[in-house]
Amino acid sequence: MRFKMPMAAALAVMFAITCGTSAPASDEPKRGGILTYMIPADGGPSLDGHRETTYAVLHATAPFYSVLIRVNPDDPASTTDFVCDLCTEMPQPTDNGLTYTFKIRQGVKFHDGTPLTAHDVAASWRKIVSPPPGVSSARANNFVMVDKIEDPDDTTVIFRLKFATLSFLPALADPYGFIYSKAILDKDMHWYEKHIMGSGPFKLESYEIGQSIKGVRNPDYYHPGQPYLDGFVAIFAPKQAVRVDAIRADRAALEFRGLPPSARDQLVKELGDKITVQESDWNCGNVLTPNNSRPPFDDVRVRRALFLAIDQWHGAPALSKIATVRTVGGIVFPDSPLAATKEELEKLPGYWPDIEKSRAEARRLLKEAGQENLSFEMLNRNVDQPYLIVGTWLVDQFSKIGVKVTQKVVPTGPWLDTMRRGDFSVALEANCQNIVNPIADVGRYLPHDRYSENFAYHKDPVQVQLYDQMLRETDMTKARVLMREYERQTIDVGAHQLMVTWWYRIVPMRSYVKGWKISPSHYLNQDLANIWLDK
Amino acid sequence: MRSYILKRILLVIPTLLGAAALVFLLMRLIPGDICAVRLGSGGGSYDPRALAACHAELGLDRPVWLQFLDFLWGFCRLDFGTSMWSGKPVTVEIAARLPLSLEIAILATVVAISIAIPLGAISALKQNTWLDYAVRVFAIGGIATPSFWIGILAILLMLDITNAITGTPWMPPIDYVPIWKDPIRNLSMAVLPAVTVGYRYAAVSMRMTRSAMLEVMREDYIRTARAKGMINKIIVNRHALKNALLPVVTLIGIEFAFLIGGLVVTEQVFNLNGVGRLFVQAVQNQDYTLTQALVMLTVAIFVLTNLLVDLLYGWLDPRIRFA
Repeated sequence: MRFKMPMAAALAVMFAITCGTSAPASDEPKRGGILTYMIPADGGPSLDGHRETTYAVLHATAPFYSVLIRVNPDDPASTTDFVCDLCTEMPQPTDNGLTYTFKIRQGVKFHDGTPLTAHDVAASWRKIVSPPPGVSSARANNFVMVDKIEDPDDTTVIFRLKFATLSFLPALADPYGFIYSKAILDKDMHWYEKHIMGSGPFKLESYEIGQSIKGVRNPDYYHPGQPYLDGFVAIFAPKQAVRVDAIRADRAALEFRGLPPSARDQLVKELGDKITVQESDWNCGNVLTPNNSRPPFDDVRVRRALFLAIDQWHGAPALSKIATVRTVGGIVFPDSPLAATKEELEKLPGYWPDIEKSRAEARRLLKEAGQENLSFEMLNRNVDQPYLIVGTWLVDQFSKIGVKVTQKVVPTGPWLDTMRRGDFSVALEANCQNIVNPIADVGRYLPHDRYSENFAYHKDPVQVQLYDQMLRETDMTKARVLMREYERQTIDVGAHQLMVTWWYRIVPMRSYVKGWKISPSHYLNQDLANIWLDK
Repeated sequence: MRSYILKRILLVIPTLLGAAALVFLLMRLIPGDICAVRLGSGGGSYDPRALAACHAELGLDRPVWLQFLDFLWGFCRLDFGTSMWSGKPVTVEIAARLPLSLEIAILATVVAISIAIPLGAISALKQNTWLDYAVRVFAIGGIATPSFWIGILAILLMLDITNAITGTPWMPPIDYVPIWKDPIRNLSMAVLPAVTVGYRYAAVSMRMTRSAMLEVMREDYIRTARAKGMINKIIVNRHALKNALLPVVTLIGIEFAFLIGGLVVTEQVFNLNGVGRLFVQAVQNQDYTLTQALVMLTVAIFVLTNLLVDLLYGWLDPRIRFA
């Protein structure tokens, strides 16, 4: 269930000239042309998608690789529509949900001309799920359910699970699940950190460090007719003003991550029908994290008071005019079937519909806890969109219950380091995931001793028990009930952490770019195979 | 002369060593962890096993003193290691950016010299006339205005003017092409940043030229030359300007060295993949090896530029001898 804020009149006008989420059905894809787009970063660390987490790597390398399964590129907004890329048919689990058998396409070739078989798929997934010593896999902990991966012949890959779970297939559709050549991995597990060689829609033409990456059409690509482009040029451009100017001057057609509302409005105003905007709720949101182990935030009344001070229902629409946020939601991505309804949310602190009543309760709790003159420092990341804007808004919200807050804004490194050391009172962080996989995504709210990147530093055996139950539940309805209990335990009973507005993805692009559809994650649908240029 | 140059070059080694040791220690005092930045830069969470593997891979799980000894040993062998962020040799990382930074620095220096020396000299020769005032206002404007702001303004003006004239907004390319591959595209990218940076650089040099010229023009030997009936053009060009250039050359040398690694914001404004941007990335990512190498490069450039400036002194003023 999603709860979108009322749109401003200006946005309504803008939508009238945009195509929303899809290209008109009458448009026949045209072949040819070079797509120039920008990657809003300085370049990623290595080129190995299995190892890295930043979109800078994915936006640069996804067009070169195939994956086993993926979010449907024609329906990427869906959180449950997964389709085959290298497999021939989405499998039905057998053995009480413990076995998934994938048949692999035949005739697929790597860019060096060698055939791609089930052994390559299995070797790649083994590297992701259980990397050998000395090899990093950033998402190995998403696959705790996998027992073993088998490749009995050239066309079959079998995943055997330790327990059945709803989170397996979404995890498998991870956009970083690049299929590498087994022969290369056998020789050198680190080879893909510095090289690119896949079986995706584009072949590597050149890579200028920190500057650009270029790809040319793979004539042997296995999806008939695709890719439509002759090639692409991706330019690293970390500064937003440069990216907006470049779209304006048509030095580049778009950037895929997203721009703030002001940039969208400027481009629409200046370029009129030459610009098209696609928008979507984003599988990222800010998280308010009090340090549950540090006084006075070790008192649940103080934490709940902080949550009750925040008027999300009125704040989100106002923030959406200046920041990349928009939708109020609980711990689950608002468009997911596992997300809370508005009625369910309104029972939780931080979501009460009557803000005056909510703040009166907050003041009462603070008084009861002896914290009427509470003041603290809130740790924040020096990233404008939307961290600093949301942080500044929160400072104002806390002031409504008499709490004085100052922001400590630091670069990403020290921000992460401070949270890891637990040397903070309250932090504003984010939960941003590659693919909507609600059960896996909410694992980050588990206590620090269970999920090391949780910085609330709380203890809550009930929460852990609820999560483990939910992880092993295969019935969606029952999983939803468990999710509500887990959410209530996280936000209300324990008041450990609070989701503060979900982000909103805005992608303005030159109108001649067709075929690409926005998804709830800037990591998805990035292989460029379905993009064509209407020039 | 030869032994002087050799001595100066040998002096670079302890200077580099000291700078490298200092930056080694300073980098490790900054809170943070390159692995946490790398694994968490997507905004998501990561596996602690991945963090441990990253630490082991980069050698950050070893005692700091051992890391320092490794670093010193590498330095002695001129092996500056690989970037902790990209895994590529730091020499490759720097070599990818240096040509662009050098090109901008050279072009900006050409722009600055072409403006500063004639205008500074004219300003001095026409002291307290409207021409002098105009040049001084121009110079103060250049000093007072940050070059990146001029850059932003230049791009916006370029977009608006070209849009008004042709109906299609234009801005310089945002990806670098070497001059030998496509000179027009290369120059259309480099000229605007070179002019915006060169303006500030020219303003500083212009002020220096003017004051040096004013001082020299009041010297006894200039008065003597005039008394002997020498024509003014020869007095200015052969006697006054050449002597007035000594402090200007020093300034130009320092500014040139600064331009190689110091155009951090300007490089961002024009999306230039230069050494300045790399420097900031390296520090932000806590890429120890790359930061250390960049500091050493900057120190080397400063030292060598100063050496060149010192040698130029001898040409400008034959009374100066090297021992």
